[in-house]
Amino acid sequence: MNALIGDLGVTSGDVILELSYLLAAVFFVVGLKLLSHPDTARKGNLWAAGGMLLAIITTILFHKDSSGQGIKLVNILIILAVIAIGSVLGAVVARKVKMTAMPQLVSFLNATGGAASALVALIEFSNPANKSTLVTLLGLVIGSIAFSGSMIAYGKLDGKVGDIFAGFIKYLNLFMLLVVTVLVAYIIAGGAAFETQKILVYVLLAISLVYGVTFVMPIGGADMPVVISLLNSFTGIAAAMAGFIYRNQAMILGGIFVGSAGTILTLLMCRAMNRSLLNVIIGSFGGGGTAIDRKKGVIKEISASDAAVLLSYSQKVVIVPGYGLAVAQAQHVCNDLAKLLEEKGVEVKFAIHPVAGRMPGHMNVLLAEAEVPYEKLFEMDDINPEMPNTDVVVVIGANDVVNPAALDDPSSPIYGMPIIRAHEAKNVIVMKRGMGKGYAAIENYLFFADNTRMFFGSAKDSLQKLVAEIKSL
Amino acid sequence: MESILEFFYNNKEAIFIIVLTIFLGFEVISNVPSVLHTPLMSGANAISGVIIIGGIILVGHAETDTINLNLVLGIFAILFGTLNVTGGFVVTDRMLEMFRKKKN
Repeated sequence: MNALIGDLGVTSGDVILELSYLLAAVFFVVGLKLLSHPDTARKGNLWAAGGMLLAIITTILFHKDSSGQGIKLVNILIILAVIAIGSVLGAVVARKVKMTAMPQLVSFLNATGGAASALVALIEFSNPANKSTLVTLLGLVIGSIAFSGSMIAYGKLDGKVGDIFAGFIKYLNLFMLLVVTVLVAYIIAGGAAFETQKILVYVLLAISLVYGVTFVMPIGGADMPVVISLLNSFTGIAAAMAGFIYRNQAMILGGIFVGSAGTILTLLMCRAMNRSLLNVIIGSFGGGGTAIDRKKGVIKEISASDAAVLLSYSQKVVIVPGYGLAVAQAQHVCNDLAKLLEEKGVEVKFAIHPVAGRMPGHMNVLLAEAEVPYEKLFEMDDINPEMPNTDVVVVIGANDVVNPAALDDPSSPIYGMPIIRAHEAKNVIVMKRGMGKGYAAIENYLFFADNTRMFFGSAKDSLQKLVAEIKSL
Repeated sequence: MESILEFFYNNKEAIFIIVLTIFLGFEVISNVPSVLHTPLMSGANAISGVIIIGGIILVGHAETDTINLNLVLGIFAILFGTLNVTGGFVVTDRMLEMFRKKKN
């Protein structure tokens, strides 16, 4: 592999390496393309993983430094050992994690990617052979923000970190961004001796880490999916910056690809909630919103036995699962209820709002895990026309996604958000812990509607009671 | 100004790739059903672990006679990168496996 090819001064190993990077890049693109269709998604994931494996192997075998020196055996052994440890850890965590904790895991994994980018940039900054100071610093800043931001997002989703809505944080963040920009410009302009620069780089690292924390801190827990998706694209961009340093096309393409795909995904999620990205980040949402003065009806409760009768003698039931179902880990009982009703000849469908659960699509994953058949899951736009001839809609732990105010109350903060039109059904049973407001902290008039009955209690307990009652009918 | 022009000229291939890849990313993702948002996010997340290549290059050419900062930081870069890659692909596969099982 060390024979020179022609008079280009490259060996066949160099050519194989570049070809493998090209192939890896193609695998990434094809993989993500396949991942975006339900039928081919799993294959797509394998393609992308195959591309990564290929790039890793050929890099270890064929990469040379600027003096043409390949990777020595000792170094190869160290690399393989570290990769082995990392793979075992990663695979175990990914296999063991509960499906409800999925968003936390994705956030944590994103943090590790950001950390890796920041470390690479940090080392490369002191490498005199590296002339791309700008991209190195960008990689450092973006990678660090992705790391600390994702760790905070992880903490929030896991309930370890609370929200802080202090107004001054907004100004602090702007100030820190300014300092970062000035520092980067100062270092690039060569405004200090190299030794001073090395210290400044650590200052830059520290500020970026703090910025990641204060950037995510004020954003509400329910907005974490959007934030994680955004930070995911940051990690991609940081990896691409490192690719720039090494002139490595696979890293550049892979990183930027994730960066742009992540950005578009972020915007799609925002659109599903009818909010702008800026609105999510600045967080003008929640609280305050005084809706129009509408005559409140009376809350009517329903007992487990009445609910059981109502459901059992219906023809068509639609279940609307929400965040509360996921929190209570009630997806399995929920499936039991659906199966029981079907045995009694009731048609049961699940209506999934695009942002139900803790991440878009998360509810589908949770229900799939509970073995709810895929073809019973209906997206909002497909199920809404069926609402008027649905006998009972069972809303479990969902609130804002069924709030009619989104349709007819222009003063409502969620006005314009597409909702599942539960209120159009003949009867609505709402399972809820209590009369607390949803994330948007606004009143839900569905709960006071004439055709609505409230069933208070934790989703899991209520469902268990209901299942027991239906069985005893 | 001159330095910006120079930067562009010296990196024109990379800049071409970046600009075209941005469009590619937008195109590939724009028509995804919301069911797949979570797996897609975690799959893309695993791809961003491509930074592991950078870690391999660093450790690959680091001095191993003594324990030095570059070696140690590089090892952590590989470790974190591997976690990102393996964890990401495995968890994505696990999610998608559940979808597929139900379809049959």
